[in-house]
Amino acid sequence: MGAINEIAARLLETGEAKVVIGYGEGSFGSVRPAFARNQEEAEKLIYDKRCTQNLAMYVYKKEISPLRKLAIVANVSTLRGIIRLASENQIKNGDIITLYINELGEVIECKALSEIEICLAEITPEIKPEDKELIDKLDAMTPQERWNFWISEMESCIKCYACRQACPLCYCTQCAVEVNQPQWIPVAANTSGNLEWHITRAMHLSGRCVECGQCGEACPVNIPIHLLPIKLAEEIKNIYGTVSGMKIQESNTLSTFKPDDKENFIG
Amino acid sequence: MSKIKKLSKESFPLLIKKISETQHVYGPVSQGKRISYQRISSADELASDFIIPDMSAKSFVFPKIEKLFSYTKNKDGVEVQDINLDNIPHRVVVGIRPCDAAGMESLKAIFSWDPSDPIFETRLKRTTFIGLACNQADDYCFCTSLGGSPGDTKGSDILLTKTDTGDYIAEILTSKGEKIVTLAPDLFQDVEGDLQKEKFLANVPKRFDNSDLQNKINAAFNTDVFDEYAMRCMGCSACAFVCPICACFDIQDETKGSKGQRVRLWDSCGAKLFTLHTSGHNPRETQGARWRQRLMHKFSYMPERLEVRGCVGCGRCSRRCPVDMNIAESLNQLIIDN
Ligand code: SF4
Ligand code: SF4
Ligand code: SF4
Ligand code: SF4
Repeated sequence: MGAINEIAARLLETGEAKVVIGYGEGSFGSVRPAFARNQEEAEKLIYDKRCTQNLAMYVYKKEISPLRKLAIVANVSTLRGIIRLASENQIKNGDIITLYINELGEVIECKALSEIEICLAEITPEIKPEDKELIDKLDAMTPQERWNFWISEMESCIKCYACRQACPLCYCTQCAVEVNQPQWIPVAANTSGNLEWHITRAMHLSGRCVECGQCGEACPVNIPIHLLPIKLAEEIKNIYGTVSGMKIQESNTLSTFKPDDKENFIG
Repeated sequence: MSKIKKLSKESFPLLIKKISETQHVYGPVSQGKRISYQRISSADELASDFIIPDMSAKSFVFPKIEKLFSYTKNKDGVEVQDINLDNIPHRVVVGIRPCDAAGMESLKAIFSWDPSDPIFETRLKRTTFIGLACNQADDYCFCTSLGGSPGDTKGSDILLTKTDTGDYIAEILTSKGEKIVTLAPDLFQDVEGDLQKEKFLANVPKRFDNSDLQNKINAAFNTDVFDEYAMRCMGCSACAFVCPICACFDIQDETKGSKGQRVRLWDSCGAKLFTLHTSGHNPRETQGARWRQRLMHKFSYMPERLEVRGCVGCGRCSRRCPVDMNIAESLNQLIIDN
């Protein structure tokens, strides 16, 4: 039994966690999210290179959240998701034990959120090479070409909202697209409906997105929709020097008001 | 009325050309990382070497946005304008997979049931399906477990099977199929003897025995198998949107000033909002209950009421599920456990 299984088994045994969220074997050589609630299930948890999915969205999921205390097997994406959720007061110290697996394969058990911050301090987040490539390609386009690219991609959007459901930071109990009095965003998956949906979502994620790419992964029609929030994250890093989901206190770049702000649009 | 002909590889593009002179032709087209049924003007545009388009063919008869009627508000009340069914186009879909074509029968059962839906009926009547038998499959395909097959003719008007020479065996199955042949009769050659279609079909092993599926699913209703599903499924609806049969919809009014239209949009029973009452009560409170509904509807309620299943085993829902909810695996498990 590997370290992950032993730790999960212990946490369940001592009652420190009611469920350990992690990864298990999936269909045909893939991995899937797995939930260990007892010793037998703890034995089935795995961790290897295939475990790239960000699991942080499970922390607030209605069917799981009431089971807090939770434990979660975490890669860097998941760690960042948790820190970001903590900075938005969705998780507090003591709600969750994080089992971070570092690049040496060691399991680091973080009981306090500050311990996650220490792990993250060692890491320089990077986006996937293929995402970088597509972003560079988009950057090199003229605004008109870029617009055409996105309009053509969004033609295929079917408004299933898988992107939203997969995102660790789309936790609103009522999403803006579901508000119908007044209706902010057209419901139909047509050009304007799709565009308004994606612009709204990207803006709502800007400065919050932890660059995990989960939204694009989830899209059943392979729209690289994650590039919108990821590009905004890059812009925010360039302008303000902040990266979301690395430190609890430093995370609220676009929603922090300072009385000495050089812009006077609020007052 | 099935008739067997041969369509040579040289004749196939000519046939597409001939049809597109009078009707819009659609087929699987590859666009970046996505393969979907799109309008084509020649056979070169068709994608090759893939298992199945990412999206199903249901949009030909049940599009993601369907205008039902439009209205104008005036001082005397509301004036309703029905949609003109004559405007629904005649279309030919080439290369539809046998599972997608078979799915049309289930969709028809849904939309013809109490009362029959004239828009759907007209779309279906005006669409001709030239199916292409599957010569490759992947692990997610399980049509054979539900009575289908990679060479199933159900739902197709013509079914083509590509042989090792690249020529096609053409089964002409319906009068709509006959009409296609009459557009270019010279392209279809007569054949003698058995062309052994089976030899050219993909091998899709049976995953489970469906003989008592409905009872077994019913027996699972109150078991705790759905507890894990409740945790894992994130209610993203991708499964329903890619499914050739899922037909849950939402009705919306789109109003601008005094004019508007009522539209029918794709929706999913897996989304929590789908069953949420205005009172705040949700009869399917958890994701587990919603996932159970997905299975029950497809494998119990539909067979009971409509005498068809709500699944043809195309495997799309499982391929595209971000958290690997594999429907064939679940069915297999339920059959073993109950
Ligand atoms: S990459 Fe997508 S899923 Fe991940 S945090 Fe950003 S918006 Fe959410
Ligand atoms: S997951 Fe893809 S298809 Fe679904 S709403 Fe998001 S972008 Fe559109
Ligand atoms: S695609 Fe998967 S996660 Fe999404 S609703 Fe369907 S079963 Fe649930
Ligand atoms: S339920 Fe899944 S496997 Fe069955 S027809 Fe729908 S998408 Fe295909």
